[in-house]
Amino acid sequence: MDNAPTPSEPLSTLQPGQRGKVTAIVLPGASRGRIMEMGLTIGATIEVVRFAPLGDPMELKVRGFHLSLRKADAAGIQVARL
Amino acid sequence: MSDGIFRRVAIAGNPNTGKSTIFNALTGLRQKVGNYPGVTVEKKTGKFFSSHGEAMELIDLPGSYSLQVRSPDEAVARDLLLGRIAGVARPDVIIAVVDASNLDRHLYIAAQMLELGIPVVVALNMVDVAEEHGLVIDLMALRERLGVPVIPMVASKGTGIIELKQAVSRTPLHKPEQRAQLPIVYETELAALGKKLPYPAETARLEAMLLLSLDDTGLAEQCDPAHRADVAAAQARLRTHGIDPLAAPVDARYDWVAAICTAVIHRHGEDSDGLTISDRLDIVLTHKLWGWLAFLGMMTAMFLCIFLVAKWPMDWISAVVDAVASWTKTKLPDGDLQSLVSDGVIHGVGAVVVFLPQILILFFFLGLLEDSGYMARAAFIMDRLMSRVGLHGKSFVPMLSSFACAIPGIMATRTIENRKDRFVTILVAPLMSCSARLPVYTLMIALLLPAAGLWEKAGIMLSMYLLGIVAAFGMAWLFKKTLLRSETPMLLLELPPYRAPAIRGIIQRMWERGVIFLRRAGTVILALNIILWALLHYPKPADKSAPESERIANSIGGRAGKMIEPAIAPLGFDWKIGIGLVGSFAAREVFVSTMSQVYDVTDDDKDKLMDRVGAAMTAEKRETGAPMFTPLVCLSIMVFYVLAMQCLSTVAIVRRETNSWRWPLFQIAYMNALAWLASFLVYQGGKLLGWQ
Ligand SMILES: Nc1nc2c(ncn2[C@@H]2O[C@H](COP(=O)(O)OP(=O)(O)O)[C@@H](O)[C@H]2O)c(=O)[nH]1
Repeated sequence: MDNAPTPSEPLSTLQPGQRGKVTAIVLPGASRGRIMEMGLTIGATIEVVRFAPLGDPMELKVRGFHLSLRKADAAGIQVARL
Repeated sequence: MSDGIFRRVAIAGNPNTGKSTIFNALTGLRQKVGNYPGVTVEKKTGKFFSSHGEAMELIDLPGSYSLQVRSPDEAVARDLLLGRIAGVARPDVIIAVVDASNLDRHLYIAAQMLELGIPVVVALNMVDVAEEHGLVIDLMALRERLGVPVIPMVASKGTGIIELKQAVSRTPLHKPEQRAQLPIVYETELAALGKKLPYPAETARLEAMLLLSLDDTGLAEQCDPAHRADVAAAQARLRTHGIDPLAAPVDARYDWVAAICTAVIHRHGEDSDGLTISDRLDIVLTHKLWGWLAFLGMMTAMFLCIFLVAKWPMDWISAVVDAVASWTKTKLPDGDLQSLVSDGVIHGVGAVVVFLPQILILFFFLGLLEDSGYMARAAFIMDRLMSRVGLHGKSFVPMLSSFACAIPGIMATRTIENRKDRFVTILVAPLMSCSARLPVYTLMIALLLPAAGLWEKAGIMLSMYLLGIVAAFGMAWLFKKTLLRSETPMLLLELPPYRAPAIRGIIQRMWERGVIFLRRAGTVILALNIILWALLHYPKPADKSAPESERIANSIGGRAGKMIEPAIAPLGFDWKIGIGLVGSFAAREVFVSTMSQVYDVTDDDKDKLMDRVGAAMTAEKRETGAPMFTPLVCLSIMVFYVLAMQCLSTVAIVRRETNSWRWPLFQIAYMNALAWLASFLVYQGGKLLGWQ
């Protein structure tokens, strides 16, 4: 299902301020469904806002709202950097 | 309808969209909190009148709403909407509350509601915020695209409430005709699968969609074995068409919503990349250094207020209690009745009601943190620490609430989707020092360090709180490693924009809690005090002139205390403290009033009950003549109270929330064993070190 034009990388490697387009979500079924219902669908644009003071979790901006996700889970979301 | 209700209206919406504000504006004080049959989820309903005066029932759909459920709250919402709850009809109309300042995301819920085949009215709330952001929404276009009434609202100011009421009162209401379009092959599969399912035609399509969205584990858990093969086959067929059965409906709705948004939203100015106030606040509040300082500052301010500000109203309450008690003494003849009324009832209940101010302040602060949006940030910065013991940031809120009372804390665990994590949180939440322990700490600290200044007292108090926190985390870690082993769940936490908290709403909720507390004082605690009084006064000694101490020693309570004395002697406790402990197993607050009855504090030479109890306890001697309440004993008592499970209401709520007696009984056993062990170590260790 992943034939993105640009090479994709895990969301967790993006730095604050960087943005990416979701190309694939590789997570267990229930988690995948939840992430998608929150608006992180394939093709959605995500911006990394910051990391929490202790380095994890990360704060993301998607569809105009802010969401927090652990790096370990974010690693299952592939994005093409914009 | 038979019960005189003209229409049943359900209200749904993401958290922080103003759902509660609208609920309150519609129903005012005509609200009722009950339970759904057979489950532990709170059912909040209210009554209001339609524009034509007919009675309408408003049902608050619990949980952050999604038809694909992960938490018990969401399951109830889904079952209600799909008409799966026996004896409860589907609602006649749904109000979908959406946040106008962020339609891209919030219309998703409306999109889901439109698929239910129930009339929908969209409450487009927060239009003021949208305007501030420079967004203009073309209402006519939005109505046309959604095909249902759309009511612009500013719920916090009451704008739009009347129009909303009119919209749900209208007859007839039309079923929605628009909805997100799925690929044709998907629709075909839905229709085919739907026919095989035992659901009415109205909901069959959605039920089929829910099944198709499950993965293999989900299918094994949630799908009737009779349909499993059909579902799996349909999923396989969809995949050969390059369609992901889980993603397709979600994608379709979001695509539909995105297309609507492009058509109906017009932006003014170009603030899109500028930082909002909320963003600026977050730069400070989630900063590596300032974030922690702000967090600690807020927690300190909260606890200082609880101890300092609450002092005055507490003094007034004790003064009133004392005045009433002495007044009854002058009115009633000497004897059992007088003793029962003044010592058992008035002082006993008074010793508990005194804590009302502290509890109210605590709930006020928690309300402020929740309503302003800070609570989510606290979970955000605490998540890493919580993950060390295998929990996640969402467990932080229940733990913090447990400082007020374990009951709301345990109820707040419902937002935790993972069952095992939820149980771990429930098991350790009562280790957080709740406000009912405060009186015990206060009394013991006063005895421990009579001459100490405010800072030293606050320091000891703080260390007791810390002990509880450390124990909670340690036990959580242990349970996650052993009994309730499970994958660390995914954290998916929304960080809502900061908002000025609605003080009125907070005060209303605080008041509700206060009433619950008072009702408890007026029922359970009153009953306990009367029983306790009787236990301490009967049977009467044959010799009427026997001294007080002999009378208590002879009473049932005294004998019970003596019976458990061997078990608690290694902790430095005698049988009189034993009576207090026994009484506390029903409610900790009772300790102070028990002590006031045990030491028979009646002479009114000091004006505050607490001081008088303290004085009596300071004077208490062991049989050897040494003072009973040495600093070490006081410390041992405090440690015991930090860790022990002594609250019947908590036991009851744990029973309810876990739906079995296993967990509450286990909780009682482990907490009390822990308390005994810790007190033992403190007392015996202290003695070895030569402390007193
Ligand atoms: N500016 C603005 N604030 C609102 C509006 N409606 C509600 N609020 C505030 O938004 C916050 C969240 O509202 P609440 O009803 O608790 O949301 P819920 O979580 O969806 O139940 C509260 O502080 C409300 O006062 C509105 O139309 N405009």
